[in-house]
Amino acid sequence: MTAVLENSAEPDATPEVGAVPSFDVTLRIRRFNPEASEAAAYWEEFTVTAYGTDRVLDAMHKIKWEVDGSLTFRRSCAHGICGSDAMRINGRNRLACKALLKDLDPSKPITIEPIKGLPVVKDLVVDMEPFFASYREIMPFLITSGNAPSAERLQSAEQRERYDDTTKCILCAACTSSCPVFWNDGQYFGPAAIVNAHRFIFDSRDEGAEQRLEILNDKEGVWRCRTVFNCTEACPRGIEVTKAIQEVKRAMITRAF
Amino acid sequence: MSETTAAPELAAPRAPRNRRSTRTNYELYGWLFMRASGVLLLVLIFGHLYMNLMVGDGINAIDFAFVGGKWSSPLWQTWDLLMLWLAMIHGTNGVRTIINDYAERVGTRVVLKSALYLAFTITVVLGTLVIFTFEPCPAGADPELLASICFP
Repeated sequence: MTAVLENSAEPDATPEVGAVPSFDVTLRIRRFNPEASEAAAYWEEFTVTAYGTDRVLDAMHKIKWEVDGSLTFRRSCAHGICGSDAMRINGRNRLACKALLKDLDPSKPITIEPIKGLPVVKDLVVDMEPFFASYREIMPFLITSGNAPSAERLQSAEQRERYDDTTKCILCAACTSSCPVFWNDGQYFGPAAIVNAHRFIFDSRDEGAEQRLEILNDKEGVWRCRTVFNCTEACPRGIEVTKAIQEVKRAMITRAF
Repeated sequence: MSETTAAPELAAPRAPRNRRSTRTNYELYGWLFMRASGVLLLVLIFGHLYMNLMVGDGINAIDFAFVGGKWSSPLWQTWDLLMLWLAMIHGTNGVRTIINDYAERVGTRVVLKSALYLAFTITVVLGTLVIFTFEPCPAGADPELLASICFP
């Protein structure tokens, strides 16, 4: 009988087995409203209750759906595949849908800013056009000559392996917008464009390598890379971006001599 | 109800994409030169330091006569000339890329790079001139001004 009494006296003392612990987390979000009378960026803090399994995106959803509907950000699949929700979280570019709150020390406010180097449209939404313009310029499509074969274009497993790493790109712009050279000089092609050029340059079925190398041999091409490694660190798909850029450089040098 | 708000004027992103194509191998050669001259300079500079500071009396042997003696040998003339040129081109190219990376305004870039190239030209021309025309005991000079090595 005593046991029952004790239980009713402290019902929450021991959490239910399998329950997910909840905690309060503060998000410090960089906001910008272009329609305000004086459009200027400012910081706003929101405190929401989150669970140990929540990602930054879940906390942002909670804010948008329950606290402030005007908070603007991009997200599509919310599972790390579409590459819509790259943002600068605690000073590092990450996907909001892949960053767990518990990994970011929720006892301190978590800062969220739009990715750097691209013009901000509203809150966390940036104009991706300069980014995609560079992407288009490297011709991210198969270039071949002659008649199309009646069956598949065959390739060995080794030939496929050669460019496997760079096929993982989801064009989230986390790498390009983490690059200090790109922050300062928007004319630089940026890591993402070079990664996607790499994907075709080293594809045995493609015949446009010469043209792509020619494009990236520009003053604003691969030679602006200072091997800062920010891109490799930022990539949510774990692509070895800096290595890919160096491989393109090497291909250019072996082509020239 | 017909009241409409004008579309907000967004801050101009950055200059529209008018990337001038610079499809020369200039940047490629520059990049390669930095690597090659870097390796060469390691040998040249440490060789220079070793010969001047470690061999014989070491640093105590360095005086006017020591330098005059070195520059009378074609080996050290070539060594120093190579070191001067490679170090100056290597360093100037490095600073050029730093200016390209950090100077955002065209005007700043032009001014900084002009100053850089001017400094490069003066140093290289003067240095080369000295290495080839150095004469420790010029004929017909005032003996008061000459070093003691000129009077055997």
